[in-house]
This record gives sequence, structure tokens and C-alpha cells, in this order.
Amino acid sequence: MKTGLRNPLRRRPALRTPGLFAVMALLLVAVGFGQSWVVSLSILNLCLISAIMALGLNMQWGYAGLLNVGVMGFAALGGLAGVLVSQPPVADAWAAGGEDLGYALAVLVGVVIAIVLARRHVRKGPLRTAATVLLLVAGFFLIRIFFDPAVDAIEDVDSARTGYLGGAGLPIVFSWAIGGLLAAGAAWLIGKVALGLRSDYFAIATLGIAEIVITVIKNEDWLGRGVKNVTGLDRPVPYEVDLQASAWFLDLASWLGADPILGASIFVKLCYAALFALVLMAIVLLAERALNSPWGRMMRAIRDNEAAAAAMGKNVTRRHMEIFVLGAAVMGIAGAMLTTLDGQFTPGSYQPLRFTFLVWVMVIVGGSGNNWGAVLGGFLVWFLWVEAEPAAFWLMDAITAGLDEGHPLRAHLLDSAAYMRLIVMGLILLVVMRFSPRGIIPEKRGG
Amino acid sequence: MTDVANAVVLLMNFVIVPGVAYGSQLALGALGVTLVFGILRFANFSHGDVMAFGAMVVLLATWWFQGMDVGIAPLPTALIALPFGIVAAAAFNLSADRLVFRFYRRRKSPPVILLIASVGVMFALQGIVRFIIGPEDRRVADGARFLIKASEFKQATGLKEGLAIKLSQGLTVVVTVVAVAALFWFLHRTRAGKAMRAYSDNEDLALLSGVSPDRVVFYAWLIAGTLAAIAGTMYGIDKSFKPFTYFHLLLPIFASAILGGIGQPVGAVVGAFIVALSETAVTYAYKKFLRYLLPESWEPSGLMQLLSTDYKLAISFVILVVVLLVRPTGIFRGRVF
Repeated sequence: MKTGLRNPLRRRPALRTPGLFAVMALLLVAVGFGQSWVVSLSILNLCLISAIMALGLNMQWGYAGLLNVGVMGFAALGGLAGVLVSQPPVADAWAAGGEDLGYALAVLVGVVIAIVLARRHVRKGPLRTAATVLLLVAGFFLIRIFFDPAVDAIEDVDSARTGYLGGAGLPIVFSWAIGGLLAAGAAWLIGKVALGLRSDYFAIATLGIAEIVITVIKNEDWLGRGVKNVTGLDRPVPYEVDLQASAWFLDLASWLGADPILGASIFVKLCYAALFALVLMAIVLLAERALNSPWGRMMRAIRDNEAAAAAMGKNVTRRHMEIFVLGAAVMGIAGAMLTTLDGQFTPGSYQPLRFTFLVWVMVIVGGSGNNWGAVLGGFLVWFLWVEAEPAAFWLMDAITAGLDEGHPLRAHLLDSAAYMRLIVMGLILLVVMRFSPRGIIPEKRGG
Repeated sequence: MTDVANAVVLLMNFVIVPGVAYGSQLALGALGVTLVFGILRFANFSHGDVMAFGAMVVLLATWWFQGMDVGIAPLPTALIALPFGIVAAAAFNLSADRLVFRFYRRRKSPPVILLIASVGVMFALQGIVRFIIGPEDRRVADGARFLIKASEFKQATGLKEGLAIKLSQGLTVVVTVVAVAALFWFLHRTRAGKAMRAYSDNEDLALLSGVSPDRVVFYAWLIAGTLAAIAGTMYGIDKSFKPFTYFHLLLPIFASAILGGIGQPVGAVVGAFIVALSETAVTYAYKKFLRYLLPESWEPSGLMQLLSTDYKLAISFVILVVVLLVRPTGIFRGRVF
């Protein structure tokens, strides 16, 4: 081992991780003083959610080497759970289309059972393929006999305000768990089909599945209103206006000497941050326990040499399925939390760059295979993603300061400054991969 | 009899013609992906955005020509601007290789690492394209709109249904045929092309026979960039130029390449047409078509559409998954490394 004298943290690796997190905290504090505390806390909240998403991907990629390029789909399913759990049910819509929808579901279950039975009883060969295809096609048309009128009926019910089935009317915090379950269920189905594929085919397949999940959510208006969006979701924390009207809060504000309006918005953001931090800590704790358990070691052994692990009698496919489902569940939880924070579900806003590839940058930059690395990556990359925009604007302003106010080049550069952050993210990913391929907080090896 | 003719024309107009034009665009894209896969052994996620980049340069050059009043009416001006896009996209690919991919290639990194590196390139390139031209939807085509107008076709044949072929569709097919013919001539008749095929087939054997790997890789990036610029421009002329759509072409392009057999140029072309025609055929509403063919009392009540057009993407995905599960080597027995 080389003994470097330049960097004191390098000599004391135990201090390295807390030191890096302290730097991250300082960055957020600097934004608080430099821009405003509301901005700083908004960034912090999304940093916390990003860290959870990165943890989910880190399980799949870092522990097990699964190249999942469909993070967006799982996050969107989590977000959908936010609507399905918290919105009040629309009784008229249930009355209009619930019965037919039930029949469609029953037919679906029947078709699935028929296919499973057919595949079990018909011997492998062209006959079995033919039977499966026939049942699939027949089932498709049979389901649509009930499904299409049900959808039309539901979407006709007061389509300007509802036009969907609504949700369960429960507090939205439950959606975090339900979102995780929904994403896990989807991952199980996807894993059944895609997990045997080679890594690059698996990547392309998950990329496609994520796009399809988004298309379904966008177009099936009866389920979550599609691109008509659901706004004004339930909130787990108090509303600003209520705070400003309550005596105890005004007392607190005057005791602190703070402006009650600004104070209320900071207080709400702090409440969110506390909730998110709790979830993040619980997941990190569990993830660390899992990674350092015999199960985690087996997972890494499979990642490092699949053939050898299989030869030692490890069930590679089963382990891959477990980690894929677990990671997806964590992404779903993060997705539900994001919808909770936004207070609305907007399927149109799910884009692969922001929801899949940015999470990849977080994991690779932070350090794949290390939970703390993923968390730090989530914080740092989200921070840069947000702050790159004003920084680029400032930079463009400085570069073109010599030009006239209305000069077309200056106007174009200032207009386009927002896209600098894509370039910055690409460069960060490439530079880290090249010069520090194990990330900022590398995985512990041989421990 | 006229009913059958009407039905056929209807199908031609709404399924075959748009499907063939779209298939040509996919074929050009899939050829680039399959070549890079055959030589460099990784799925290049930045290919869709290289298409956008090439098309963007073509669009800028088109504006420049239009500003100087240079044109080749009735053909779109973008056609004479195409060389600029080709040079730009090829230059981009070559510099991306020099700055990013060569490092991992020399270290013999696993393909997954190259794939993730291509995601980094994709990120930066999306930023560059939006930075230069913005995210808006822009029209590329100028000049004449139609090769055959629906009204003229109806007059000439006396049928109730019209067949319209847009100039952009005809042009796309012609350009694709020329580009694919040139590519196959290169791969089969020139020394460099044969070296590429040998390298793709068996790297070690090709190296022993004195094939220079750097030259082969150089040609692969050059051709991939050229094809990407042509594909991107043709897609832009046919529909419109919007940076975001090019990323979404990635999935049907990968599906085409894998369906045909990855690393197999012929397969990429065949796969592209199968994917494109299935997309248009499955999302077409057959109500009118069936009305011509069935007796009146059987007239269907619904649209007779298998899937709404919004689910186009799902079709390439289903094709992809079925191929990967049933015959992972694709139609033309591509290499599975």
C-alpha cells in the first residue's frame, strides 16, 4: 500500500465517509445562506428521495450486477400508488364500470390459469406454442369485450374532474409501502421474463418495459387519469395556511423572531425532510445488514463470478430475482415519496434521462456496491443537477457580458444555459468512470 | 371487385406506405447499431442521439442554404445539406471513440462498461443538441409535398379510396436503398469491408491474418455516424425534427437489430421492416377496411383497432422479448457473444 501524506482522509479511511457527508452538508448550508433556506431545503428533500432511489439501483447493480435501465418505470408505479391509495374513491365510476371491469379481471385470471394449465399438460413442442398463442389471442379479444365498455363508462363520469376510479381514500403515507409492493410485483413479472437474458439484452428489455409502464399510465385514464394528472393529493404534513393561523406556531415564530409566512414554508419542508430521513435511515440500515450478511456475500460472489457461484451450488436465478424485486421495491417507495412531496401525479413528467439515467450517474459517481456511496451519490448528483442551472446561467452571463443586452448570441446562450446540466452530468459520469471507476466511496473489498 | 381494390388501396395508404418509409429509417439506424455491436461488441445507447446530432447539423446547414436562396426544388433543401450532417456525426463518433471508448477497449473492459460509457456520451450529446438548437419541434422538409396525391390517384383509377405517397416517403426509400447498397458493396467488395466482416466474425483469427483493429474500429464508427446522420435526417424530413423523439427510436432500432440477428447487416434491414410494418399494422383501425370486404350485415361496430397508436412502442418491445426468448440469435443467426 502506498502511504500518501497529502490527503489526511486517505490515511484515516474511517473518517473519509463522514467527512464527505460533512462536505455535502456544508454545500447545502452554503445554498441556504447564498440563495435561500427554502431552496436549500427543497434540494435536501429531493436529495433524500434521490438517495433512496440510488440505494435501490445500487442493490441491483452494485450488489448483483443487474443492468436495470428501467428505474423510471418502478418510480412511476410508486407514484401511481400515491394516487391509488390517497384519492377518495369515485362511487359513480365504480357503479358505471366496476362490474364490467370485474368481469374483465376474472377473464384475465381465467386466461392466465388456462395458459398455465395448457403449458403444464401439453408436451413441449409446436403444439404447446400453438396452444399458448391461441389462448393468448382468444383471451385478448375476450377481455376487450368487457374491458372496452368498462373503460368508456368510467372515463365518461365527470371527465373534467374525475373520469377515473379514484383511490382508497387512505392517508398518503401508506402509499409508500403500497408503491414498494406494486413496483416489487411488477419486477417479479419482469424478472420472470427478462432475468435470464445477457446483461446488455437485459438493459434493452428493461429500458423498453419502463417506457411501456409510462405509456400505460399515460393512456389508461380510468386508472390514474393519465395525462390529465391528479393534483391536490393528500399531505402527511400540515398546510402552510393552517400553520399561519394556529396560535402555537405564531408563538414559536415570534419566539424565534422569524417571519411566520417564510417560517411556515420552512417548517413544512423540515417536516418532509424528517419523514424522508427516517425512511432513508431505515433502508440504509437494512441494506447494510443485508449486504454484510451471508446472503449479501453470496450475492457479491455471484456478481463477481456467476459460473463459479453456480458451481458451488448457489441458485443464481433465484438470487437475481430476489435482488431485482427488492431493488425495485425501494425504487417504488422513492417514487411514492416523490409524488407525496409534489402533491400531484403527472405521468408526462417521467423522462428516462431524469428518472433512469440520472440515478445511474448517482450510483456510479457515489460508488457502486457501497450503500453509503449510493446515498452520497444521490445527494451530490441531485445537488449538482439543480445547481448546474443557475451556475451555467451565471457562467453564460459572464462570458457574454461584453455583448449588447439584445445580442442574439447572448440571448441564445442565456436561453440554452439550462441544458448545460445534461452536458455536465454526462461529463461527470465519464470522468468518474475513467479516473475513479469505483466511485467516491468505493466498495469494501475482501472484508 | 372494386371493393377489394378499395380495401387494398386503403391498406397500402395507411399501413404499407408509412410502414415502408418508417422501416427504411429504422433500417438505417439498426445498421449503425448492428455494425458497432459486431465490431466493438456493445450496445451503443448514444446512437439515437447521434442521429439527432446529425439531423441537427443538416437542419442548420439547410437554414444557411435557404438564407442564401440555394435550393433544389422540388426536392427538400436538406438533401444537399446532408453531407454536412454526415461529416459532423462521423466526426462526433470518432472523437467519442478517441476520448471515451478507446480507453476501455484497450483495457478489454467488459461490454457492460462500454454500454454505461455510451450512456454518459448520450447524456452529454443530448445536452449539446438541446444547447445548440433547443428542444422544440421543427420542420425540416421544404419543396414539394407529394409524389402522388390522393385526389389524383382517385381520378386516375376511379376508386373511392386514394393513395397518397409523400415525397419524403419516396425519398426515404430511395436514399435507404442507395445507402444500403453502398454499404453492402463496401462490406463485400473492398479490402476494408472484408476486414471488418472478418473481424466481426472472429477477432483473433482476423488479427492473426494481419487485420489492423484500429482501422476496423475507425471504419465502424465512420459508417455508424454516416448512417446515423442519414437516418436522422430522413426521419426529420418525413416527420419533424424534435431532439426528444430520437431517444425513443432507440428501442425499435435495438429490436430490429436483435430480431435480424445482431451483427448481421442483412438482418438489421429485414428486422427493421418487420418491426415497422408490425407497428403500423397492429395500430391500424381496420373498420373501414373490413367494411369493404365483409357483407353489409357483418359491419363491425368498433374501430377494430388491435392496440391504440400510443402503444406502438409496446409492439417493438414484444417482438424484442419474444425473439430473445425463442431465438436469441435472431433470424439470420447473429452472433451472441
